[in-house]
Amino acid sequence: MSGIAVRVEGVSKRFRLYHERNQSLKAAMMRGGRARYEDFWALRDVDLEVPTGSTFALIGENGSGKSTLLKCMARILRPDRGRIVLAGKVSALLELGAGFHPELSGRENVYLNASILGLRKREVDARFDEIVDFAGLEKFIDSPVKNYSSGMYVRLGFSVAINVDPDVLLVDEVLAVGDETFQRRCDEKFAALKAQGKTIVVVSHALATVRTMCDSAVWLEDGRVKDLGPPGHLIDEYVEQMHPERELVEDAETGEAQGTRWGSGEAQVERIELLGRDGEPTRQVRMGESVTLRLHYRADTPVAKPVFGLGLHRLDGVHVSGVNSREAVVPDQIEGAGHVDFALRRLPVLPGTYDVTVSLMDYANLHTWDFRNRAFRFDVEPGLPREAEGVVVLEGNWSIEPDR
Amino acid sequence: MTSLSALADSRELLANLTARELRGKYKRSTLGWAWSLLNPLVLAGMFTVVFSLIFRAPAPVGHPSGLKVFPLFLLIGLLPWNFVSNGINGAIDSLTSNANLVKKVYFPREVLVGASVLSWLVSLGIEVGVLVLALLVAGNMVLPWLPVLVVLLVLQTVFVVGVGLALSVLNVYFRDVQHFVALFLQLWFYATPIVYPLSFVQSFVERHHAQLHGVPVLALYHLNPMVGFVESYRRVLYDLRWPAFGDLAYITVASVGMLLVGALLFRRFEPRLAEEL
Repeated sequence: MSGIAVRVEGVSKRFRLYHERNQSLKAAMMRGGRARYEDFWALRDVDLEVPTGSTFALIGENGSGKSTLLKCMARILRPDRGRIVLAGKVSALLELGAGFHPELSGRENVYLNASILGLRKREVDARFDEIVDFAGLEKFIDSPVKNYSSGMYVRLGFSVAINVDPDVLLVDEVLAVGDETFQRRCDEKFAALKAQGKTIVVVSHALATVRTMCDSAVWLEDGRVKDLGPPGHLIDEYVEQMHPERELVEDAETGEAQGTRWGSGEAQVERIELLGRDGEPTRQVRMGESVTLRLHYRADTPVAKPVFGLGLHRLDGVHVSGVNSREAVVPDQIEGAGHVDFALRRLPVLPGTYDVTVSLMDYANLHTWDFRNRAFRFDVEPGLPREAEGVVVLEGNWSIEPDR
Repeated sequence: MTSLSALADSRELLANLTARELRGKYKRSTLGWAWSLLNPLVLAGMFTVVFSLIFRAPAPVGHPSGLKVFPLFLLIGLLPWNFVSNGINGAIDSLTSNANLVKKVYFPREVLVGASVLSWLVSLGIEVGVLVLALLVAGNMVLPWLPVLVVLLVLQTVFVVGVGLALSVLNVYFRDVQHFVALFLQLWFYATPIVYPLSFVQSFVERHHAQLHGVPVLALYHLNPMVGFVESYRRVLYDLRWPAFGDLAYITVASVGMLLVGALLFRRFEPRLAEEL
């Protein structure tokens, strides 16, 4: 496996932003010929090489030009300057099922779509069963696709595109399709393609996936290459730079009104704080750091044997953990203001954004004084260990010892 | 000419997209393909009533065939005309109505125009097949002339693809094109000897020679390539004789020329298609 699958040489792409987008002859003549527009350079002088057999990610903020670059690679857009040299057959997953005709059956659409993607009938014949099987649509393959659910539609589109057997596969964040079973099959398929030495270029915001899946990445900013290299380091820097902006957005979101709140109110959790390694309140911490969640409470009337609960949800809804203080520390009664700390020696959750839910209940779990759903949001940046998958890092020690 | 070689390279895609057009066209109608025949028949019936019954225009006599049936005379001109009209309209729509495809998948875009025109060619083929049967029933032995008919159909397809390539890509930049074309086609219809024989124009010019001040009306009239096409179809199918050499030469030059112009225009505007659509 050597050589360059995609060579991007000094590519610039200009879009025309029309001031008045009316494509009519009258308007054109009144302006005296050409439409008035401003030039917008979506890509400026981009140089990069994607080695054959590697998995390559394009990352950057919205509008940084990564999708434009991918479309240039797919030959859908033509660069205004520079050139892109592709080695081998290219297939692009930009939109699944583009070109499906609703009145035609799944079978007819498979042949049609495959030929749009450049397959000959012979080749489709050979792969047809595999395509249908992968999409899991054996029973429906002869009914018109207009009767398909959106999931079925997309699954069939994906299945055709992935079975084109390209040398270079360009993917634009369409991986998140279908149910979990289908997701897993897609992941397996990508892994298989990777193992076969296919080159994969992805545009993705799923940084965790990029980190684990990709061999290298390019970070685009305002159409320029900001940085290029192995994804681990690149993503760390990217996250570092992106954070200030994200914090602002999320601060606004985590106002009082954001989560639901209920309870009788004799005692309340007034404020939630996340203390970083230095003991200062923060909203960004690193994986593996020691952190403390501090709940500031206030009890206007004395309440007996309160139990504090903490729930942690990932932004996509996964319930990461739920813990409470019942078996740890239960004061006989609280009155007035104070705080409860939940200290973690090593934050075990993977990088991402998390919501904290807190509760304040009686010992028997029957009465709720205060319950604040998703009342606090914080970000976890990559830290140690660098390589981790799943939801949390299990605290454990590795040891190795040969048998005697 | 990359545009044309792209079209040739993707024959299979062309065939598939043509099939998509055809299957989609009549998919949910009860009469299905019968619509393709019904439409020209009704038109022919209508023009026959108007011209031969109301205006009492005599049906032209085929020479040397001796055929004298107005509806057949009319259909021989009307069917190729419908191909031009539908083919051009379809081609103009082909890029804008497949915008999603153009924006998301790479393939030679000429194929969309080609497929649209070919789908109308298939319709024409069926219609002409029925027409040939009708001519045989009426006593015109057209079978020996079918090879010439095929040549004419090929030339006309080349012509329509050329016009279609040019207009489809212009329509992406100026959506007025399709409205303008709709209007222009109506005028073009009457500037072509479909509902009247060419001899009408000739005798008109002879009668009004003085008022025309030497303007070469007949020559101007013949600039319309459809005049040559319809005349050639008439000679082959109605009269049963060879098309005039001049007509044949002119429509060949016009068709090939139109195809080159269309391909050049298409290539000129094609690179920005995905962003302008």
